[in-house]
Amino acid sequence: MHFVIVLVPVRLHACWRQYPASTCRSTASENFTLKHHLWAIARLTLLEARRNRLLWLAGLVVLAGFALAQFLAQVALTETQPIRITVLAALFRLAAAFMLANFVVASAQRDFADKGVELTLALPVARASFCLGKLLGFALCAAALAALFAAALWLGPGAEPARAALWGAALAAELAIVAAMGLFCALTLASSTGAFAAVVGFYLMARSVGAMQVIATSPLTDENSAMHAVINPLVDALSLLLPRLDLFARSEWLTGAAPSGGELAIVFAQAALYLVLLAAATLFDFYRREL
Amino acid sequence: MPWFGPPAAQRPLASVPRAVLGILGLVLGLQIVFRLWQAPPQAQASDLPPAPPRATLALAAFGEPAALAKLLMLYLQAFDNQSGSGVPYRLLDYDKVIGWLADALALDPAAQYPLHAASRLYAEIPDAAKQRKMLDFIYREFLVDPDRRWPWLTHAALIAKHRLHDLPLALRYARAVATLATGPGVPAWATQMHIFILEDMNELEQVRILIGGLLASGRLTDPSEARFLQQKLETLERGAGR
Repeated sequence: MHFVIVLVPVRLHACWRQYPASTCRSTASENFTLKHHLWAIARLTLLEARRNRLLWLAGLVVLAGFALAQFLAQVALTETQPIRITVLAALFRLAAAFMLANFVVASAQRDFADKGVELTLALPVARASFCLGKLLGFALCAAALAALFAAALWLGPGAEPARAALWGAALAAELAIVAAMGLFCALTLASSTGAFAAVVGFYLMARSVGAMQVIATSPLTDENSAMHAVINPLVDALSLLLPRLDLFARSEWLTGAAPSGGELAIVFAQAALYLVLLAAATLFDFYRREL
Repeated sequence: MPWFGPPAAQRPLASVPRAVLGILGLVLGLQIVFRLWQAPPQAQASDLPPAPPRATLALAAFGEPAALAKLLMLYLQAFDNQSGSGVPYRLLDYDKVIGWLADALALDPAAQYPLHAASRLYAEIPDAAKQRKMLDFIYREFLVDPDRRWPWLTHAALIAKHRLHDLPLALRYARAVATLATGPGVPAWATQMHIFILEDMNELEQVRILIGGLLASGRLTDPSEARFLQQKLETLERGAGR
């Protein structure tokens, strides 16, 4: 871990020396340096994930998931294969989101606690480079986790490879949003417990806001009650600010009808939009933060 | 803006690049427009999936089966029609609905909600086949815990009698209440329903025997009730003597 903290400024320092200030005046060089910084920080974030044994942990989740799915399939009277696939998909999604959120919050908070941020920013590295580099690294971790779990669904219970790939791509997008939210909370909130709780709260709300809207409009609720007048607009307002993560990586894509092009377009457009939003919000807070 | 822990010093707003501010405002607006453009989710009959396996639900409950049972009922309840914008009950796949109701009952056997919904919502549709399916579900679940679930079978008996006009079915349910729901909380009117259904079926001899047996058993503690049944018995006997 200390190796990583020391390595970040050392690698960035090397990169800075390679491209001295005189060559960085032109826009093209600045862009090149920015990209270089982004990649350097992203690669170091990936290295940190490797040293934290994130993929090992995911491997353990895969093994535990296989055992659980086998247990459930044994007691099922019918639809053994769909049960195995859907249970595993749900478990993998949940495990990936929680593992990644925990890793992102711990990593970002450790950067502050160990003064790694100050050390890095003492070099000619823009705050935006640091922030976006970390985000890129976490997004790559998200993609790696999603690829691992999609491959496990294909090789384990025998999901169709094309369906598993689509599911994995949507899961990568969902996890990238979780990672971006984790980074935003870790940089904004002083406490790691508070940051993790905020990410978990966001994730659970984003996955259930669609169901909440359906339940809130249930005709069996009293439309004249004060609670109805307060809660329904609140749920509607919340739904405008949250992405509908329940539309991402649905288990039925693996066992039922494949997602349509329109469904996938909505998923990836929402992911792109929300990632930019969270990145901008993180940059806003990070630029205002006194280090 | 640390919300937890001591407040940290903040740099002025001017330290944030304008591009960041612009992108933040623009993307926030886009997110709201994007979500407004997406139609709000609405329940559709075809969306009601089959109930999950019990084992899966037991795991998903994380040791809180009663709470999960309540949430299942709220979820199922979203598929209804009374706002005019939802789904008419008769369009629902009743095998799936029964699966969800049975799961909710299995998770929380003491709950009345699933059978309340079964008898008051799902059994009151203008589709005899689906009504019978739901009434049969109520009957099967009544047999599991008669002393607690008798109200729903008495309602089922009324639906069988007045909606389906199937007196033998109503009698079967009313007899089940009379013979199996014997707990102290079961009112006399519920255990006497079968007598009046028999009367409707013109089975007067059986009615006479049942009322006579009831009066002789001394189980009637309310004098008004005993007097009412006595009058009924006398009327029947007068009719039989004619």
